[in-house]
Amino acid sequence: MSGGLSSASFPKNAHAALANPPLLKAIAHIEETLVSGRRRAVDALPEFEALRDAGRDIKAHTLAHLDLYLEAFEKKVVEAGGFVHWAADAAEASRIVLDICQAAGARRVTKGKSMITEEVGLNAFLEANGITPVETDLGEYIIQLRGETPSHIIAPAVHVNKEQVAADFRRVHTKLDPLRNLEEPTSLLAEARGVLRERFLTADVGITGANFLVAETGSTVIVTNEGNGDLTQILPKTHIVLASIEKVVPTLEDVATIMRLLARSATGQEMSVYTTLSTGPRRAGDPDGPEAFHVVLLDNGRSAMLGTEFEDMLRCIRCGACINHCPVYRSVGGHAYGSVYPGPMGSVLTPSLQGLEKAAHLANASTLCGRCESVCPMRIPLPKMLRHWREKEFERHLTPKKARFGLAAWRFLAARPRLYGAVTRMAAWSLARLAGKDGALKQLPLASGWTRWRDLPAPEGGTFRTEWAKRGRK
Amino acid sequence: MTTPKPQVGLFVTCLVDFFRPTVGFSAVKLLEDAGCEVSVPAAQTCCGQPAYNSGDRAGARALAEQVIALFETFDHVVVPSGSCAGMIKVHYPDLFSGEPGWRLRAERLAAKTHELTSFLVDVLGVAPLPVSWEGTATYHDSCSGLRELGVKAQPRRLLSAVDGLAIKEMRDPEACCGFGGTFCVKYDEISNAIVDRKTADIKSTGVDLLLSGDLGCLLNMAGKLKREGSRVEVRHVAEVLAGMATGPAIGEKTK
Ligand code: SF4
Repeated sequence: MSGGLSSASFPKNAHAALANPPLLKAIAHIEETLVSGRRRAVDALPEFEALRDAGRDIKAHTLAHLDLYLEAFEKKVVEAGGFVHWAADAAEASRIVLDICQAAGARRVTKGKSMITEEVGLNAFLEANGITPVETDLGEYIIQLRGETPSHIIAPAVHVNKEQVAADFRRVHTKLDPLRNLEEPTSLLAEARGVLRERFLTADVGITGANFLVAETGSTVIVTNEGNGDLTQILPKTHIVLASIEKVVPTLEDVATIMRLLARSATGQEMSVYTTLSTGPRRAGDPDGPEAFHVVLLDNGRSAMLGTEFEDMLRCIRCGACINHCPVYRSVGGHAYGSVYPGPMGSVLTPSLQGLEKAAHLANASTLCGRCESVCPMRIPLPKMLRHWREKEFERHLTPKKARFGLAAWRFLAARPRLYGAVTRMAAWSLARLAGKDGALKQLPLASGWTRWRDLPAPEGGTFRTEWAKRGRK
Repeated sequence: MTTPKPQVGLFVTCLVDFFRPTVGFSAVKLLEDAGCEVSVPAAQTCCGQPAYNSGDRAGARALAEQVIALFETFDHVVVPSGSCAGMIKVHYPDLFSGEPGWRLRAERLAAKTHELTSFLVDVLGVAPLPVSWEGTATYHDSCSGLRELGVKAQPRRLLSAVDGLAIKEMRDPEACCGFGGTFCVKYDEISNAIVDRKTADIKSTGVDLLLSGDLGCLLNMAGKLKREGSRVEVRHVAEVLAGMATGPAIGEKTK
């Protein structure tokens, strides 16, 4: 887990986010960019639904034989002259990366965008050990300057607007002309490029994640839009890939299939701009490439999800579509979740990363509207899994007392139709009386969660069942 | 020779029973006009959804047994709500995994349970009796009906036959309204932010009437529209289709 994130304060965080207009404005852009982009890309590809089935099947098959494919991958990496390291948890992964960096005498490392390094809290760990990590993806670079964590898995700085970025650049890039123009996004990009160029050239180790690990060839694959990943992994002498075990797929053909889903679901592009395969270190005759190539395979609770009701979650390709379409995320943004992974996919993953005691809010803070599942390229039944967490919470008596009591009372009543009839008849009648001619209530003591924000439409008067019986019907 | 009338059990739903019997009577009228014999078992209460979505599987299962026992003898079970129909159709069988006897009963009930508009269009294939409603309306696709049951074209098709009624779509009719059962009071502030975007979308269409097929969503959107001082009327789609949209709309003043 990266430094001190906790989902236990979700309601408080959400409250703060809802009172932050610039944040809300920034998140609202997701609609015109990522959501419309996906819509257009999907509409333009008639076989998209069939591709979703194919993608799901590839991942489901791989998960059913995960050990075999991981071993095959390891063998191929070693054959190509690389090293594979197995990390059971975040601490072990960080340790392995640090050891490699120290053995390489590294002072500065460049990083491609990687959610797994966020998951293990790598940057803080390296810094604490005297190594400076430099994020090279523009979004990651921005939030690194701001001392923040990503608020979205594919658009880490989606919560920041360009004025804020300009201010951050002026604060940090002090060697540049203070009067320079930073109005346009393009000038911000150019400035970041200039600053990062020098860092690329002086880095001792490059660290990237992986979108895929290919068992057939021992290759790791990343997709980016900025090309920063390529420079990160080609220029330094050592390249470390930190990836979680479920990223493995059997063949390059499978990569091709899933890639057709990935960019379309993520940003609406047909393909990301750069797709980079790495297979072992530089060979004799290669024009470039690292001298040493390491793959660190992280488990961190994933193998424990196999064979459980959460196994389907391991199909996730981190496209972010569920996040972009989530009405809750769209209301509060990513930081409110207090987790590396926000939105629906995060609400399913976080309880296993932080523990259900801390993360129970996330499983509950969903309308279960199902839009996430309807856009998920891997057809992951996210609402069903959120409900599974709620069931575990209930089984383990973690559900708040008040809610438990309410449920028990409801169950007691609903199982006794006559009593239920009498109670609802009285309540409907009283509420209708209370509302009088207004037809709605502005305030109701036990329903303040409702009436704080909206009127409560009053019942018509008699319940349906009484009216029906009055008409002598059965 | 006359074929016997289809025997339909109407599952009214707890919200319709409590808040808006008119929806129940509209459903009865539509079904009877379509040639069905309608019964409403008196011992029905709730489908168990609040328990199910709160993680109380045993509680949901107990209510599911009750519903199965009450309704399994009918030819069809019709529900004027996508989410309660979805509960029976999609989730009941899942509640009895590992209990073959009950599971079979749950599956049989699931197979003959239908959301109201989808029953009229997909199963009966009849056009309701001609009715009229003067004005413009927009239709909110309730989440469970839309995504669990594929209810999208059916209500629109039925509404297109209403004389004088013009449908104007929202920018995003499939966006959740923020109701989410107990979510709307547990995370009321977030729920409010979601319904706020919804009512903005509704108001931007400039229509007179908002329709949907789920009372939970309707109460939420009506409550928000009233609070905002909007004059958009809110009704269940069955009221308009049955020609029973005559009394006060949801949350509206009585005369
Ligand atoms: S759960 Fe599905 S939609 Fe969400 S990030 Fe993963 S693959 Fe994409």
